[in-house]
Amino acid sequence: MIGLVIVSHSAKLAQGVYELAAQMAGDQVGISQAGGLADDCEALGTDAQKILSAIEEVWRQDGVLVLMDVGSAVMSAEMALEMLPEERRQKCLLSNAPLVEGAIVAALHAGLGEPLQAVNAAAESALSVPKYCRGQ
Amino acid sequence: MGREITIFQFRRWLLAYAARIIENESHLTELDTAIGDADHGVNMRRGMEKLQERLQEDAQTEDIGTFLRSVAMTLISAVGGAAGPLYGTFFLRAATSPTNGRSVDLIQLTQMFRYGLDGLQQRGKAQADDKTMIDTIQPAVEAMEAALAARQSAAVVLAAARQAAHLGMKHTIEIEAKKGRASYLGPHSIGHQDPGATSAYFLFETAAEALTTFNSSGNSSERAA
Ligand SMILES: Nc1ncnc2c1ncn2[C@@H]1O[C@H](COP(=O)(O)OP(=O)(O)O)[C@@H](O)[C@H]1O
Ligand SMILES: [Mg+2]
Repeated sequence: MIGLVIVSHSAKLAQGVYELAAQMAGDQVGISQAGGLADDCEALGTDAQKILSAIEEVWRQDGVLVLMDVGSAVMSAEMALEMLPEERRQKCLLSNAPLVEGAIVAALHAGLGEPLQAVNAAAESALSVPKYCRGQ
Repeated sequence: MGREITIFQFRRWLLAYAARIIENESHLTELDTAIGDADHGVNMRRGMEKLQERLQEDAQTEDIGTFLRSVAMTLISAVGGAAGPLYGTFFLRAATSPTNGRSVDLIQLTQMFRYGLDGLQQRGKAQADDKTMIDTIQPAVEAMEAALAARQSAAVVLAAARQAAHLGMKHTIEIEAKKGRASYLGPHSIGHQDPGATSAYFLFETAAEALTTFNSSGNSSERAA
């Protein structure tokens, strides 16, 4: 079973996505969140150390998938990965999935016990499923 | 080779930097309002206030590498926005360059800035002329290296860095943003000075002041930004 980490500039957004994802996952899937800054929860931004703690919190031998929102969330997540010990870093993956859809799909697949790469592939493909079919 | 630059001067430099950023908060906000999301001033002020606290708390740090790492960690957790991981990486990488513990010579100082720049560039993947803080920092580091190669003193090396940083910052007015939020504006970003290039200029302005004065205070400042 893998773990999931939700990263957002906003603590509220991270919390909301966390709730949506947790609803989809079984009890076995560890999900944690890193929204906003460690020093200031109201401020919008991302914090590599907070992301690192979130990864450590849900650490699983099978790996951890990190889902992010926009812009510098990626830079902060990359930094967090660099701070991990080498053997953990190799089992940690940053996802290109859209945050909301990706987290829901990832939680579902992680709950089925799929491996890291497969969960990520499913989450990333969430982008290609249309939400709405125009003109029908 | 001249006098070495000590950890006391590094501390003075970053305190001066924090004060300069805080003084210029509204200026940085204005610049980020024009081509971004108007938070660079607030982000940097929040980071600098934390930095001031941190520098008070661990006033005992004796090792430059440890000191720079502590600066980096503070900025990572307190700045937010793109500037957090970018300045964080700059100082984290600078912290890995060789020192003599409590001091550095001019070669080491120059190398430290080079390490920081290379780290920043790996992190943000921006090139020169992308209209980012790289446009300030890269020419400044290159100017340091050139002045060092010409066997200049620390004062001359850092003055060259400041001048090149200033030109680089002003050059961002003329170019189109290719990285960061401002790049969403495309050609509309032309005509505005980049906020990150401006906050980065203050790093070199205060370095030229604090790293070359050996007595307790030396704050001849040039408000040209
Ligand atoms: N990829 C990048 N590489 C280097 N500098 C960047 C990059 N992206 C953004 N910047 C710098 O960060 C500044 C914006 O910082 P800030 O407003 O704190 O972050 P945000 O863009 O997330 O709101 C820009 O003016 C630019 O100088
Ligand atoms: Mg901004």
